[in-house]
Amino acid sequence: MKWLINFFTSSIGRKLIMSLTGLFLILFLVIHLLGNLQLLVDDGGVSFNAYAYMMTHNPLIKVVAYGNYIFIVLHAVMGLILWAKNRAAKGSTYAVKSNAKVTWASKNMALLGTLILAFIFIHMGDFWWKMKMDVVPYVTIEGMDHQVKDLYSKVSHTFNNPYMVAAYIVGLATLSFHLWHGFQSAFQTLGLNHPKYSPIIGGLGKAYAVIVPLGFAIIPLYHFFVMK
Amino acid sequence: MKLKLKVWRQQNNKDKGGFQTYDVVAEEHMSFLEMMDVLNESLIAKQETPVAFEHDCREGICGSCNMVINGRPHGPNSGTTTCQLHMRFFKDGDTIVVEPWRSRAFPVIKDLVVNRSSFDRIIQAGGYISVNTGGTPDGNSIPIEKDVAGEAMDAATCIGCGACVAACPNGSAMLFTAAKVSHLALMPQGKVESNRRAKNMVATMDKEGFGMCSNIGACEAECPKEISIDHIARLNREYVGSVFGGA
Repeated sequence: MKWLINFFTSSIGRKLIMSLTGLFLILFLVIHLLGNLQLLVDDGGVSFNAYAYMMTHNPLIKVVAYGNYIFIVLHAVMGLILWAKNRAAKGSTYAVKSNAKVTWASKNMALLGTLILAFIFIHMGDFWWKMKMDVVPYVTIEGMDHQVKDLYSKVSHTFNNPYMVAAYIVGLATLSFHLWHGFQSAFQTLGLNHPKYSPIIGGLGKAYAVIVPLGFAIIPLYHFFVMK
Repeated sequence: MKLKLKVWRQQNNKDKGGFQTYDVVAEEHMSFLEMMDVLNESLIAKQETPVAFEHDCREGICGSCNMVINGRPHGPNSGTTTCQLHMRFFKDGDTIVVEPWRSRAFPVIKDLVVNRSSFDRIIQAGGYISVNTGGTPDGNSIPIEKDVAGEAMDAATCIGCGACVAACPNGSAMLFTAAKVSHLALMPQGKVESNRRAKNMVATMDKEGFGMCSNIGACEAECPKEISIDHIARLNREYVGSVFGGA
Protein backbone atom coordinates (compact mmCIF):
# COMPACT_ATOMS: atom_id res chain seq x y z
CA MET A 1 0.00 0.00 0.00
CA LYS A 2 2.86 2.34 0.83
CA TRP A 3 4.03 2.22 -2.77
CA LEU A 4 0.63 3.45 -3.95
CA ILE A 5 0.68 6.38 -1.50
CA ASN A 6 4.24 7.13 -2.62
CA PHE A 7 3.04 7.11 -6.21
CA PHE A 8 0.17 9.53 -5.68
CA THR A 9 2.34 11.90 -3.66
CA SER A 10 5.20 11.85 -6.20
CA SER A 11 5.53 14.66 -8.72
CA ILE A 12 4.48 12.49 -11.65
CA GLY A 13 1.69 10.81 -9.63
CA ARG A 14 0.23 14.19 -8.72
CA LYS A 15 0.42 15.28 -12.34
CA LEU A 16 -1.32 12.05 -13.33
CA ILE A 17 -4.21 12.96 -11.01
CA MET A 18 -4.40 16.35 -12.74
CA SER A 19 -4.35 14.71 -16.14
CA LEU A 20 -6.96 12.02 -15.47
CA THR A 21 -9.39 14.33 -13.64
CA GLY A 22 -8.84 16.92 -16.38
CA LEU A 23 -9.66 14.42 -19.12
CA PHE A 24 -12.81 13.37 -17.26
CA LEU A 25 -13.88 17.02 -17.00
CA ILE A 26 -13.16 17.46 -20.73
CA LEU A 27 -15.56 14.57 -21.44
CA PHE A 28 -18.09 16.04 -19.03
CA LEU A 29 -18.02 19.39 -20.83
CA VAL A 30 -19.09 17.77 -24.12
CA ILE A 31 -22.04 15.96 -22.49
CA HIS A 32 -22.96 19.12 -20.58
CA LEU A 33 -22.93 21.15 -23.79
CA LEU A 34 -24.92 18.62 -25.82
CA GLY A 35 -27.68 18.56 -23.19
CA ASN A 36 -27.70 22.32 -22.75
CA LEU A 37 -28.05 23.01 -26.46
CA GLN A 38 -31.74 22.16 -25.84
CA LEU A 39 -31.93 25.61 -24.25
CA LEU A 40 -31.84 26.93 -27.82
CA VAL A 41 -35.01 25.00 -28.75
CA ASP A 42 -37.88 27.46 -28.92
CA ASP A 43 -40.55 25.27 -27.28
CA GLY A 44 -41.03 27.18 -24.05
CA GLY A 45 -38.61 24.84 -22.31
CA VAL A 46 -40.52 21.56 -22.69
CA SER A 47 -37.58 19.50 -23.98
CA PHE A 48 -35.01 21.13 -21.67
CA ASN A 49 -37.16 20.74 -18.54
CA ALA A 50 -37.84 17.09 -19.34
CA TYR A 51 -34.09 16.62 -19.85
CA ALA A 52 -33.33 18.39 -16.54
CA TYR A 53 -35.83 16.12 -14.78
CA MET A 54 -34.19 13.03 -16.23
CA MET A 55 -30.71 14.29 -15.26
CA THR A 56 -31.78 14.87 -11.65
CA HIS A 57 -33.64 11.56 -11.25
CA ASN A 58 -31.67 8.94 -13.15
CA PRO A 59 -29.65 7.01 -10.50
CA LEU A 60 -26.73 6.34 -12.85
CA ILE A 61 -26.42 10.02 -13.72
CA LYS A 62 -26.57 10.88 -10.01
CA VAL A 63 -23.58 8.64 -9.35
CA VAL A 64 -21.64 10.15 -12.28
CA ALA A 65 -22.61 13.66 -11.11
CA TYR A 66 -21.15 13.05 -7.64
CA GLY A 67 -18.04 11.64 -9.31
CA ASN A 68 -17.90 14.82 -11.31
CA TYR A 69 -18.09 17.03 -8.19
CA ILE A 70 -15.32 14.99 -6.57
CA PHE A 71 -13.13 15.29 -9.68
CA ILE A 72 -13.67 19.06 -9.89
CA VAL A 73 -12.65 19.42 -6.24
CA LEU A 74 -9.70 17.04 -6.67
CA HIS A 75 -8.51 18.85 -9.81
CA ALA A 76 -8.82 22.25 -8.11
CA VAL A 77 -7.25 21.26 -4.79
CA MET A 78 -4.40 19.32 -6.41
CA GLY A 79 -3.88 22.18 -8.86
CA LEU A 80 -3.48 24.65 -6.03
CA ILE A 81 -1.11 22.31 -4.18
CA LEU A 82 1.01 21.98 -7.33
CA TRP A 83 0.98 25.74 -7.81
CA ALA A 84 2.19 26.32 -4.24
CA LYS A 85 4.86 23.61 -4.48
CA ASN A 86 6.09 24.88 -7.86
CA ARG A 87 6.32 28.43 -6.59
CA ALA A 88 8.34 27.23 -3.62
CA ALA A 89 10.60 25.18 -5.94
CA LYS A 90 11.30 28.19 -8.13
CA GLY A 91 12.06 30.45 -5.17
CA SER A 92 12.82 33.72 -6.91
CA THR A 93 12.30 34.92 -10.45
CA TYR A 94 14.52 36.78 -12.91
CA ALA A 95 14.89 40.53 -13.22
CA VAL A 96 14.36 40.27 -16.98
CA LYS A 97 11.33 38.34 -18.27
CA SER A 98 12.12 35.63 -20.81
CA ASN A 99 10.83 36.09 -24.34
CA ALA A 100 11.07 32.37 -25.15
CA LYS A 101 8.20 31.11 -27.28
CA VAL A 102 5.83 29.45 -24.83
CA THR A 103 2.07 29.95 -24.64
CA TRP A 104 0.68 32.40 -22.12
CA ALA A 105 -1.97 29.87 -21.10
CA SER A 106 0.62 27.21 -20.19
CA LYS A 107 2.30 29.55 -17.70
CA ASN A 108 -0.98 30.72 -16.16
CA MET A 109 -2.93 27.50 -15.67
CA ALA A 110 -3.34 28.08 -11.92
CA LEU A 111 -4.68 31.61 -12.40
CA LEU A 112 -7.03 30.45 -15.17
CA GLY A 113 -8.13 27.49 -13.05
CA THR A 114 -8.88 29.70 -10.05
CA LEU A 115 -11.00 32.01 -12.22
CA ILE A 116 -12.86 28.97 -13.61
CA LEU A 117 -13.46 27.76 -10.05
CA ALA A 118 -14.91 31.15 -9.16
CA PHE A 119 -17.12 30.90 -12.24
CA ILE A 120 -18.27 27.40 -11.21
CA PHE A 121 -19.34 28.84 -7.83
CA ILE A 122 -21.41 31.55 -9.55
CA HIS A 123 -22.81 29.06 -12.05
CA MET A 124 -23.73 26.35 -9.54
CA GLY A 125 -24.95 28.86 -6.98
CA ASP A 126 -27.41 30.23 -9.48
CA PHE A 127 -28.69 26.97 -11.03
CA TRP A 128 -27.65 23.84 -9.18
CA TRP A 129 -28.14 25.25 -5.67
CA LYS A 130 -31.54 26.76 -6.53
CA MET A 131 -32.67 23.46 -8.06
CA LYS A 132 -31.44 21.63 -4.97
CA MET A 133 -33.07 24.09 -2.54
CA ASP A 134 -36.37 23.82 -4.40
CA VAL A 135 -36.75 27.53 -5.09
CA VAL A 136 -37.39 26.90 -8.78
CA PRO A 137 -41.14 26.98 -9.72
CA TYR A 138 -42.88 23.87 -11.06
CA VAL A 139 -44.40 23.51 -14.48
CA THR A 140 -46.62 20.92 -16.17
CA ILE A 141 -45.28 19.17 -19.25
CA GLU A 142 -47.76 17.48 -21.55
CA GLY A 143 -47.47 13.71 -21.49
CA MET A 144 -45.89 13.60 -18.00
CA ASP A 145 -48.08 12.63 -15.05
CA HIS A 146 -46.30 14.93 -12.58
CA GLN A 147 -44.96 18.45 -12.53
CA VAL A 148 -41.28 19.18 -13.10
CA LYS A 149 -39.07 22.08 -12.02
CA ASP A 150 -38.99 24.89 -14.56
CA LEU A 151 -35.22 25.25 -14.86
CA TYR A 152 -35.66 26.62 -18.37
CA SER A 153 -37.37 29.81 -17.11
CA LYS A 154 -34.75 30.17 -14.40
CA VAL A 155 -31.98 30.00 -17.03
CA SER A 156 -33.83 32.37 -19.31
CA HIS A 157 -34.30 34.82 -16.44
CA THR A 158 -30.58 34.70 -15.53
CA PHE A 159 -29.58 35.27 -19.14
CA ASN A 160 -31.71 38.38 -19.37
CA ASN A 161 -29.35 39.98 -16.86
CA PRO A 162 -26.49 41.62 -18.82
CA TYR A 163 -24.08 41.25 -15.89
CA MET A 164 -24.66 37.52 -15.71
CA VAL A 165 -24.24 37.21 -19.49
CA ALA A 166 -20.94 39.10 -19.21
CA ALA A 167 -19.83 36.83 -16.34
CA TYR A 168 -20.55 33.78 -18.48
CA ILE A 169 -18.64 35.13 -21.45
CA VAL A 170 -15.61 35.91 -19.27
CA GLY A 171 -15.86 32.51 -17.56
CA LEU A 172 -16.02 30.69 -20.87
CA ALA A 173 -13.13 32.67 -22.36
CA THR A 174 -11.07 31.67 -19.32
CA LEU A 175 -12.10 28.06 -19.86
CA SER A 176 -10.99 28.30 -23.48
CA PHE A 177 -7.47 29.40 -22.52
CA HIS A 178 -7.30 26.69 -19.83
CA LEU A 179 -8.26 24.02 -22.37
CA TRP A 180 -5.92 25.43 -25.01
CA HIS A 181 -3.02 24.16 -22.92
CA GLY A 182 -4.79 21.57 -20.77
CA PHE A 183 -6.11 19.25 -23.46
CA GLN A 184 -2.79 18.29 -25.03
CA SER A 185 -0.94 18.65 -21.72
CA ALA A 186 -3.11 15.88 -20.25
CA PHE A 187 -1.96 13.49 -22.98
CA GLN A 188 1.71 14.45 -22.53
CA THR A 189 1.45 13.78 -18.79
CA LEU A 190 -0.03 10.36 -19.49
CA GLY A 191 3.00 9.72 -21.66
CA LEU A 192 0.78 9.42 -24.74
CA ASN A 193 3.18 10.98 -27.16
CA HIS A 194 3.81 9.88 -30.71
CA PRO A 195 5.32 11.62 -33.74
CA LYS A 196 2.25 10.70 -35.82
CA TYR A 197 -0.56 11.20 -33.31
CA SER A 198 0.65 14.04 -31.08
CA PRO A 199 0.08 16.72 -33.76
CA ILE A 200 -3.46 15.36 -34.22
CA ILE A 201 -4.08 15.50 -30.45
CA GLY A 202 -2.67 19.03 -30.39
CA GLY A 203 -4.97 20.13 -33.23
CA LEU A 204 -7.99 18.41 -31.67
CA GLY A 205 -7.24 20.11 -28.35
CA LYS A 206 -7.10 23.55 -29.90
CA ALA A 207 -10.30 22.94 -31.87
CA TYR A 208 -11.96 21.69 -28.69
CA ALA A 209 -10.74 24.70 -26.71
CA VAL A 210 -12.45 27.02 -29.19
CA ILE A 211 -15.58 25.11 -30.21
CA VAL A 212 -16.83 23.91 -26.81
CA PRO A 213 -16.63 27.27 -24.93
CA LEU A 214 -18.08 28.95 -28.02
CA GLY A 215 -20.96 26.45 -28.01
CA PHE A 216 -21.66 27.28 -24.37
CA ALA A 217 -21.38 31.02 -25.03
CA ILE A 218 -24.08 30.86 -27.71
CA ILE A 219 -26.68 29.94 -25.05
CA PRO A 220 -26.56 33.14 -22.90
CA LEU A 221 -26.01 35.29 -26.00
CA TYR A 222 -28.98 33.74 -27.80
CA HIS A 223 -31.22 34.16 -24.75
CA PHE A 224 -30.13 37.74 -24.22
CA PHE A 225 -30.21 39.02 -27.78
CA VAL A 226 -32.69 36.81 -29.64
CA MET A 227 -35.14 35.16 -27.24
CA LYS A 228 -35.40 37.97 -24.65
CA MET B 1 31.64 47.87 -28.74
CA LYS B 2 30.66 49.57 -25.49
CA LEU B 3 28.32 47.66 -23.21
CA LYS B 4 26.60 48.22 -19.91
CA LEU B 5 26.57 45.03 -17.85
CA LYS B 6 24.19 44.54 -14.96
CA VAL B 7 25.63 41.55 -13.14
CA TRP B 8 24.22 39.72 -10.13
CA ARG B 9 26.71 39.89 -7.27
CA GLN B 10 26.22 37.72 -4.20
CA GLN B 11 28.92 37.01 -1.61
CA ASN B 12 27.59 33.58 -0.59
CA ASN B 13 24.39 31.64 0.01
CA LYS B 14 23.55 33.72 3.10
CA ASP B 15 24.02 37.07 1.36
CA LYS B 16 20.94 38.69 -0.18
CA GLY B 17 22.77 39.77 -3.31
CA GLY B 18 21.97 42.43 -5.85
CA PHE B 19 22.87 43.89 -9.24
CA GLN B 20 26.06 45.85 -9.93
CA THR B 21 26.49 47.84 -13.11
CA TYR B 22 29.76 47.79 -15.05
CA ASP B 23 30.92 49.37 -18.31
CA VAL B 24 32.76 46.96 -20.58
CA VAL B 25 34.48 47.52 -23.88
CA ALA B 26 34.33 44.28 -25.89
CA GLU B 27 34.91 43.17 -29.45
CA GLU B 28 32.21 41.48 -31.42
CA HIS B 29 34.25 38.36 -32.23
CA MET B 30 34.63 37.64 -28.51
CA SER B 31 32.56 34.92 -26.92
CA PHE B 32 30.36 35.98 -24.02
CA LEU B 33 32.77 34.33 -21.60
CA GLU B 34 35.74 36.22 -23.09
CA MET B 35 33.78 39.43 -22.57
CA MET B 36 33.29 38.36 -18.94
CA ASP B 37 37.05 37.72 -18.74
CA VAL B 38 37.67 41.30 -19.94
CA LEU B 39 35.35 42.56 -17.22
CA ASN B 40 37.15 40.48 -14.59
CA GLU B 41 40.59 41.66 -15.70
CA SER B 42 39.46 45.24 -15.34
CA LEU B 43 38.04 44.47 -11.87
CA ILE B 44 41.30 42.79 -10.81
CA ALA B 45 43.28 45.80 -12.10
CA LYS B 46 41.12 47.99 -9.87
CA GLN B 47 41.72 45.57 -6.96
CA GLU B 48 38.05 44.61 -6.89
CA THR B 49 36.70 41.09 -6.56
CA PRO B 50 36.14 39.52 -10.00
CA VAL B 51 32.72 38.13 -10.89
CA ALA B 52 32.57 34.42 -10.07
CA PHE B 53 31.25 32.34 -12.96
CA GLU B 54 31.69 28.71 -13.86
CA HIS B 55 33.44 27.67 -17.06
CA ASP B 56 35.51 24.77 -18.25
CA CYS B 57 35.64 23.44 -21.82
CA ARG B 58 34.45 26.60 -23.62
CA GLU B 59 33.32 24.46 -26.54
CA GLY B 60 29.75 23.69 -25.54
CA ILE B 61 30.06 20.24 -24.01
CA CYS B 62 30.86 20.59 -20.32
CA GLY B 63 27.66 22.33 -19.22
CA SER B 64 29.26 24.66 -16.71
CA CYS B 65 29.09 28.16 -18.29
CA ASN B 66 25.69 28.80 -16.84
CA MET B 67 24.19 32.27 -16.73
CA VAL B 68 20.85 33.82 -17.53
CA ILE B 69 21.43 36.57 -20.08
CA ASN B 70 18.59 39.06 -20.55
CA GLY B 71 16.14 36.56 -19.06
CA ARG B 72 17.25 33.63 -21.22
CA PRO B 73 19.46 30.77 -19.97
CA HIS B 74 22.59 30.70 -22.17
CA GLY B 75 21.46 33.91 -23.87
CA PRO B 76 19.16 34.82 -26.75
CA ASN B 77 20.26 32.19 -29.29
CA SER B 78 18.76 28.72 -29.33
CA GLY B 79 20.84 25.57 -29.25
CA THR B 80 24.00 27.14 -27.85
CA THR B 81 25.75 27.42 -24.52
CA THR B 82 27.01 30.75 -23.14
CA CYS B 83 30.57 30.02 -24.34
CA GLN B 84 29.22 29.58 -27.88
CA LEU B 85 27.38 32.89 -27.75
CA HIS B 86 29.32 35.61 -29.50
CA MET B 87 29.21 39.33 -28.87
CA ARG B 88 28.22 40.01 -32.49
CA PHE B 89 24.68 39.08 -31.44
CA PHE B 90 24.62 42.23 -29.30
CA LYS B 91 24.67 45.85 -30.39
CA ASP B 92 26.99 48.65 -29.35
CA GLY B 93 25.50 50.45 -26.35
CA ASP B 94 23.37 47.47 -25.24
CA THR B 95 22.59 46.88 -21.60
CA ILE B 96 22.97 43.20 -20.76
CA VAL B 97 21.52 41.73 -17.56
CA VAL B 98 23.36 38.67 -16.24
CA GLU B 99 21.85 36.51 -13.49
CA PRO B 100 22.56 33.07 -12.02
CA TRP B 101 20.27 30.04 -12.53
CA ARG B 102 17.31 30.47 -10.21
CA SER B 103 15.72 27.51 -8.49
CA ARG B 104 15.41 26.39 -4.87
CA ALA B 105 17.35 23.21 -5.72
CA PHE B 106 20.25 25.24 -7.20
CA PRO B 107 21.43 27.48 -4.33
CA VAL B 108 23.83 30.26 -5.28
CA ILE B 109 27.41 29.62 -4.15
CA LYS B 110 28.73 32.98 -5.30
CA ASP B 111 27.69 35.55 -7.92
CA LEU B 112 26.76 33.49 -10.99
CA VAL B 113 27.87 30.11 -9.66
CA VAL B 114 25.16 27.80 -8.37
CA ASN B 115 25.39 24.42 -6.68
CA ARG B 116 24.10 21.78 -9.09
CA SER B 117 25.03 18.73 -7.02
CA SER B 118 21.32 17.91 -6.80
CA PHE B 119 21.74 16.74 -10.42
CA ASP B 120 24.58 14.43 -9.34
CA ARG B 121 22.32 12.87 -6.73
CA ILE B 122 19.61 12.25 -9.35
CA ILE B 123 22.22 10.45 -11.47
CA GLN B 124 23.42 8.48 -8.43
CA ALA B 125 19.86 7.25 -7.93
CA GLY B 126 19.84 5.36 -11.22
CA GLY B 127 21.42 7.18 -14.12
CA TYR B 128 23.85 4.38 -14.86
CA ILE B 129 24.13 0.79 -16.04
CA SER B 130 25.47 -1.56 -13.39
CA VAL B 131 25.66 -4.69 -15.54
CA ASN B 132 29.07 -5.46 -16.96
CA THR B 133 28.84 -4.84 -20.68
CA GLY B 134 32.25 -6.40 -21.32
CA GLY B 135 34.75 -5.24 -23.91
CA THR B 136 33.96 -3.51 -27.17
CA PRO B 137 31.37 -5.68 -28.91
CA ASP B 138 31.38 -6.42 -32.64
CA GLY B 139 29.52 -3.79 -34.60
CA ASN B 140 25.86 -4.75 -35.08
CA SER B 141 26.15 -7.80 -32.82
CA ILE B 142 23.18 -6.28 -30.96
CA PRO B 143 20.93 -4.88 -33.68
CA ILE B 144 19.36 -1.54 -32.74
CA GLU B 145 17.10 0.28 -35.14
CA LYS B 146 18.50 3.53 -36.49
CA ASP B 147 15.56 5.63 -35.23
CA VAL B 148 15.89 4.20 -31.74
CA ALA B 149 19.66 4.70 -31.66
CA GLY B 150 19.15 8.26 -32.92
CA GLU B 151 16.63 9.05 -30.22
CA ALA B 152 18.84 7.60 -27.49
CA MET B 153 21.73 9.66 -28.86
CA ASP B 154 19.58 12.83 -28.86
CA ALA B 155 18.83 12.26 -25.18
CA ALA B 156 22.46 11.44 -24.46
CA THR B 157 23.57 14.85 -25.73
CA CYS B 158 22.32 16.32 -22.41
CA ILE B 159 25.29 18.03 -20.76
CA GLY B 160 23.54 18.48 -17.41
CA CYS B 161 23.92 22.25 -17.42
CA GLY B 162 20.56 22.85 -15.77
CA ALA B 163 19.20 25.37 -18.28
CA CYS B 164 15.94 23.39 -18.24
CA VAL B 165 15.55 24.01 -14.51
CA ALA B 166 16.62 27.63 -14.89
CA ALA B 167 14.07 28.22 -17.66
CA CYS B 168 11.20 26.35 -16.02
CA PRO B 169 8.77 28.63 -14.17
CA ASN B 170 8.23 25.66 -11.83
CA GLY B 171 11.94 24.93 -11.31
CA SER B 172 11.35 21.40 -12.56
CA ALA B 173 14.17 19.02 -13.45
CA MET B 174 11.96 16.80 -15.60
CA LEU B 175 13.79 17.41 -18.88
CA PHE B 176 17.16 16.54 -17.34
CA THR B 177 15.83 13.41 -15.62
CA ALA B 178 13.86 12.45 -18.74
CA ALA B 179 16.92 12.79 -20.96
CA LYS B 180 18.92 10.46 -18.69
CA VAL B 181 16.11 7.92 -18.33
CA SER B 182 15.33 8.02 -22.05
CA HIS B 183 18.94 7.64 -23.12
CA LEU B 184 19.36 4.49 -21.04
CA ALA B 185 15.88 2.98 -21.40
CA LEU B 186 16.09 2.95 -25.21
CA MET B 187 19.25 0.83 -25.22
CA PRO B 188 19.22 -2.93 -24.55
CA GLN B 189 21.96 -2.56 -21.91
CA GLY B 190 19.93 0.05 -20.05
CA LYS B 191 16.58 -1.67 -20.38
CA VAL B 192 17.56 -4.27 -17.77
CA GLU B 193 17.36 -1.78 -14.91
CA SER B 194 14.64 0.47 -16.29
CA ASN B 195 12.12 -0.93 -13.80
CA ARG B 196 13.81 0.71 -10.86
CA ARG B 197 15.64 3.53 -12.63
CA ALA B 198 12.72 5.87 -13.33
CA LYS B 199 11.21 5.26 -9.90
CA ASN B 200 14.42 5.99 -8.01
CA MET B 201 15.50 8.95 -10.11
CA VAL B 202 12.09 10.62 -9.85
CA ALA B 203 12.00 10.01 -6.09
CA THR B 204 15.40 11.72 -5.76
CA MET B 205 14.31 14.55 -8.05
CA ASP B 206 11.29 15.16 -5.81
CA LYS B 207 13.39 14.94 -2.64
CA GLU B 208 15.83 17.53 -3.95
CA GLY B 209 12.99 20.04 -4.13
CA PHE B 210 12.57 20.43 -7.88
CA GLY B 211 9.14 21.50 -9.09
CA MET B 212 6.61 19.62 -11.16
CA CYS B 213 6.28 19.63 -14.93
CA SER B 214 3.28 21.44 -16.38
CA ASN B 215 4.29 20.87 -20.00
CA ILE B 216 5.03 24.53 -20.71
CA GLY B 217 8.02 23.72 -22.92
CA ALA B 218 10.34 26.52 -21.73
CA CYS B 219 13.00 23.86 -20.97
CA GLU B 220 12.94 22.57 -24.53
CA ALA B 221 13.17 26.13 -25.87
CA GLU B 222 16.26 26.92 -23.77
CA CYS B 223 18.10 23.58 -23.83
CA PRO B 224 21.48 24.18 -25.51
CA LYS B 225 21.25 20.64 -26.90
CA GLU B 226 17.63 21.13 -28.01
CA ILE B 227 16.40 18.04 -26.21
CA SER B 228 12.70 17.50 -26.87
CA ILE B 229 10.00 17.25 -24.20
CA ASP B 230 8.96 14.04 -25.99
CA HIS B 231 11.48 12.50 -23.60
CA ILE B 232 9.39 13.77 -20.68
CA ALA B 233 6.44 11.78 -22.05
CA ARG B 234 8.70 8.72 -22.10
CA LEU B 235 9.79 9.39 -18.50
CA ASN B 236 6.10 9.58 -17.51
CA ARG B 237 5.51 6.17 -19.16
CA GLU B 238 8.67 4.71 -17.66
CA TYR B 239 7.73 5.97 -14.20
CA VAL B 240 4.21 4.56 -14.28
CA GLY B 241 5.65 1.32 -15.67
CA SER B 242 8.32 1.13 -12.98
CA VAL B 243 5.86 1.79 -10.14
CA PHE B 244 3.07 -0.52 -11.30
CA GLY B 245 5.13 -3.08 -13.19
CA GLY B 246 8.27 -3.27 -11.07
CA ALA B 247 8.71 -5.15 -7.83
